[in-house]
This record gives sequence, C-alpha cells and structure tokens, in this order.
Amino acid sequence: MNSNREDAGPMTEADGQTPSFAERQGLTADPRFLAITRRRARFAWTLTAAMVAIFFGYILLVAFRPDLLARPIGSGVTSIGIPFGIGVIISGVVLTGIYVRRANELFDPAIDALRREYGE
Amino acid sequence: MKSPAARATALLLALAVMPSTAHADALTSQTEQQAANWPAIVLFALFVVATLVITRRAAQRVRNASDFYTAGGGITGFQNGLAIAGDYMSAASFLGISAQIFADGYDGLIYSTGFLVGWPILLFLMAERLRNLGSYTFADVASYRFAQPPVRLFAAFSTLAVVLFYLIAQMVGAGQLIKLLFGLPYEAAVVIVGALMVSYVLFGGMLATTWVQIIKAVLLLGCASFMAFAVLWNFGFSPEALFGRAVDVKTGLAAASGSAADEARSSGLSIMAPGGFIKDPISAISFGMALMFGTAGLPHILMRFFTVPNAREARKSVLWATGWIGYFYILTFIIGFGAITLVATEPSFLTGSGELRGGSNMAAIHLASAIGGDILLGIVSAVAFATILAVVAGLTLSGASAVSHDIYASVLKKGTSAPGRELKVSRATVPVLAAIAIGLGIAFEKQNVAFMVSLAFALAASGNFPVLLMSIRWKGCTTRGAVAGGVVGVTLALVLTILSPPIWVTTLGHAAPLFDFSSPTLFSMPLAFLTIWLVSITDRSARAEIDRAGFADQNLRAETGIGSAHASAH
Repeated sequence: MNSNREDAGPMTEADGQTPSFAERQGLTADPRFLAITRRRARFAWTLTAAMVAIFFGYILLVAFRPDLLARPIGSGVTSIGIPFGIGVIISGVVLTGIYVRRANELFDPAIDALRREYGE
Repeated sequence: MKSPAARATALLLALAVMPSTAHADALTSQTEQQAANWPAIVLFALFVVATLVITRRAAQRVRNASDFYTAGGGITGFQNGLAIAGDYMSAASFLGISAQIFADGYDGLIYSTGFLVGWPILLFLMAERLRNLGSYTFADVASYRFAQPPVRLFAAFSTLAVVLFYLIAQMVGAGQLIKLLFGLPYEAAVVIVGALMVSYVLFGGMLATTWVQIIKAVLLLGCASFMAFAVLWNFGFSPEALFGRAVDVKTGLAAASGSAADEARSSGLSIMAPGGFIKDPISAISFGMALMFGTAGLPHILMRFFTVPNAREARKSVLWATGWIGYFYILTFIIGFGAITLVATEPSFLTGSGELRGGSNMAAIHLASAIGGDILLGIVSAVAFATILAVVAGLTLSGASAVSHDIYASVLKKGTSAPGRELKVSRATVPVLAAIAIGLGIAFEKQNVAFMVSLAFALAASGNFPVLLMSIRWKGCTTRGAVAGGVVGVTLALVLTILSPPIWVTTLGHAAPLFDFSSPTLFSMPLAFLTIWLVSITDRSARAEIDRAGFADQNLRAETGIGSAHASAH
C-alpha cells in the first residue's frame, strides 16, 4: 500500500513533526477541542469502570458467595451462575459496541471538523 | 432453520459414525504415542501448503520494515479483528478451557470471562491512542516523549520475557498434541512447529502472519461452531437437557467410584457451580486482574494495532475481535459440557484408570471423534495445530521486532541505522528466537501449560500495562518513573511467582511456599503504578522537564491522529 515509504524508522518520522506541533496548531487550546476530548476521556473511563465493576463483581461473587451462583434456576439443574458468566462475556462485547458507536457518531466527526477548521 | 441444516448435520453424523468403530480399535492400543491419524495428517498438510503459498506471495510484497512489521499498515479493521482473534484464541484456550470444563464444569467459564474482559479495557483506554502514536512496537508508544534507551530497553526485555513464556506454553502444547495425533515423537513435533513458524515470519513477515491468523481464526470458529451445534442438536437445542445429562454422567461416575447416592448427586451438581478455581478470594482477585489487565500488555497483541491504517479501523478491529472471541468462549463452554456427556461415558476414550487418553487436554479432540469420527477428529486436530502455528508466528514477530526495532535501531544505532539494516537484524533474530523456543519447549515438556500462560499475563499486567497507560494518559509521568515502575512490577511478579507453589515447592523442592496465591498481580501491578507515580513526582532531573513538556504534543497526536505513521498512505 505504501511500500515506497522509506525504511527510515518511525521515531525520526514522528520527531520531524513534533517540535512546536501543539503551538502551531492552536487546536490544543481551542475550548471545543478540550471539551470533546474531555468528554471522550470521561466516557472511556466510565465504560472502563463499568467493565471492572461487572467483572470483579462477578469474581467477588465467585469468591465469597459461590452458593448464590450454584442455585438452580427453577426446577432444572441449570444454575444462576451460567447466565451470570455468559452475561459477563456478553456485557464485554456490548460495552465495546457502545464505545465504537459513540466514537463513530460523536467523537470522530467532532474532531474531524475541528481538524478541517485548523487546516490539517 | 430446522429442516435443511438439521438434515445436513444428521447426514454428516451418519457418515461419520461409520469409521469411528475402526478408530476405537486404534485407541485401544496402550501406547501413549498414537498410530498415525491420516485424515489429520492430510488436512494439516493442506493447511501448511496453503499457508506457505500465501507466505511466498506475501514475501514478494515485503520490501521494507513497515511491510515486515505491520503489513504496510494496509489491513482493514474487519481483517485485523479476525487476525487478533486468531492471535489470541490459542490452543490453550480451545483445548485447555474445554478440558477444564470437562473436568470441573463451571470453573472453565470463569477463565473464559477473564480472557474476554481485557478487550473492552484495551479499547477504552488504549487502542486508538496506540494506533495514533506508534509505528511498529508498543515501545514506540511507551517511549514517545521519553528518553529512548531506558524505556525501549525496559519494553524490549519485558516483551521478550512475555513472548518467551507464552512461546514455551504453545510449544509444549503443540508437542503434546502432535505426539498424540500424528504419532510423531515430542521433540520432532516441536522442531516442526519451530521450522514452520520461522518460514512464515522470516519470509512473509506480518502480511503472511496476518493471513495465517485469519485463516486459522475462520477454521477454528467454523470447527467449534459445528461441534457446539452438533452437541446442542443431540439435546434438541436445550441447554438444560445438556446440563442435566452432564450432571447425571458426573453423578454416575461418582457413584461408580463408591460414593453414597446423595453424595454422588452433590458431586454431580458441583459442575454447575464455582469449585476448585477459587483457592481463596485473594487468588481469585489477583488472577482476575492478571487476565483483565494483562491482555492490554501483551506485545504481540498490541503490535496488531499498527497493521491498520488509522484509529477508526483500530477501534473496529477490537469490536470484531471481542465479538469473535466472546462467541468462541461460549462455544467452548458448550463443547466442554458436550465432552462430559459424550466422552466421559465412552470407555474407548479413557485409560484403565478412567483418565483421558493422551492427557487431560484432549477432551475437545475426543469429542470431535465422538461426534464425527476420524474425519472430524482429523479436521479438529489439524485446526488445533494450525491454531498453535498462528499464535507462535505472532509471538515470534513481536519478539524479533523488540530486538531489531527497539534494541538495535533505537538504542544501539540511536535511530540512525541504514535503511534495510533493521529489517536484516529482525530477520536474523527470527531463527535465533525459534531455536530458543524449540530448546525451551523440549526442556519444559512436563511443565503445566496453563501456569506458563498465566505467568505471561501476570508479567504483562505488572510491567507493560502500567508503563503504557501512565505514559499515554498521565502528563506527570517521566522517563525515570516509567522505567522504575516497569522494572519493579515485572521483577516483583517474577519473584513472587518463583516463591509460589509451582516453582518453590514442586520444582525447587522446598517444604512450603513463601507466596501462596495463584497470581502475583494483585501486589505487583499496584506497586508498579505506585512506583511510577512516586518516582515521577519526585523526579527533579532536566530530562523530567522535557518529558512533562512533551505531553501536549503527544496528546494532540494521540487524540487526533495528526502526524501519525501511515497517515499519508490513504
């Protein structure tokens, strides 16, 4: 795809652009940029906290109250622990989906618009 | 959905049952090393030929370091998602977790949840920034605004440690599997895996590795789907019926070994609830932390994010990967219970003392034989072997790039190596790593695979993860803080592991362990974070000023992708 790119090592490429990069942009100081990145960070940390709470909630249940998870659902042998465990797996996929959707619909367009405005 | 699919399965099953009687005879021989399994050998040979053709085609496109390390950054999010799944769903997951469920039931599901929940964390905190800041290795990101030599050296050694433990686990698994399935000696099996992995990585670089991983992921998901479907089909698609039968089987086994009726019943029902997984609450939390945060520190996984063109595709690849991996673990759960109902009751799969033939990891393999006879046994065996190849290829590439890109080009040559030299060093490293992996794989033949994998996760969670997270998220982090914290985390994780029962008691022969928990992560990871913080805030060096001042530029690029590598290529 970009096979004619020089084999020069990435850091030189990056360093070539970084000095006074931020000052040149003005973007970093733009309140809209600060607002959107702050919002994204808060969203990311909230979802992280949710995933940590779900998983360690489950692990603590396994550690301290295995008897709760062992209870059968209704009259069968299937225990409550099974939907709980599968639920942890599904919640991981769902939270990932929520983040991707929000990033596609909100964060990316907002940041792209700012980039265009600043001529990047 | 019911009629055509069900009829097709019924037909396949009917066809498959025929050779299975012949197979049962083959298994009655008492030798540990099995007679050659021809369908498996033919199918595996097909896989090898196909992947070598891909490697040859890829080799013609590998012209520079970017092609070699990251397939030129031209992989799509969907492809990368599959490749990540292929890189992550190791034989330890497929064989190990289904075996765990076969033995203890519910506990296997706890492992599965731990292996999955690292992915959302990796996405929320790192994936996009990783793509925006790095080029080839995660050390590019960790050392972005820091003094290069110390941070890169830490990252490279930590990468090599994680990669080696993970590689040994895969090599041992491969050797045992091939010994059972193909009738080859253990050492020969390990050498074959090493040789194939060298040819993929050496000639085809990341492009070939990616395609090997994608093909493997599709094959493994297809195989596991079919097996889970067949198991559920046997029970009229009622999980309750499947679990009920599994409980009856376990109850019967307990009764047969002399338990009283109600005792046997409670032993049978124990597969529906958490059991031996939890040695104590501290171990459970510590091990959970290793799995959850270790995923975000595995170098061969982090490297995959540099193969996509931008942060958007990086994000997409995590969503695909998480979906496939989650689906796979649910299948594994069904397969494990299927094995209880179909394998544990069948004397031809068991040794005289009631153990599984070929070792406890073979539950899924025997289930394949029970469902689909020699044909499915051959397919599943070949896929399990392919699984190992795809994982070792990714690991080797990651280890080689740590040596060539981080140690050689960035530390020894200070970023001034001649074009092409770095690539030569990388290629020269591949056979060396393979030789080490083969040697250690043979030396550690008896080592517990799950233990090695959990150690790799603990090291990644205690070193790479804190350093990476603090360097990209915390302005105050300095070179000294990052290196000190990383070294403390990795060292403590290693020392506590040496003091724990598997090494201190079993290997070194001491009477009692000095550290009696299943994972060091609960102690080593927080201490790594604490050290990074403490050393950084007390760092008054001139370098610390530069480090803190560099955050604004780093953050702009991390947030927007402005100036990121490959950004001009699309």
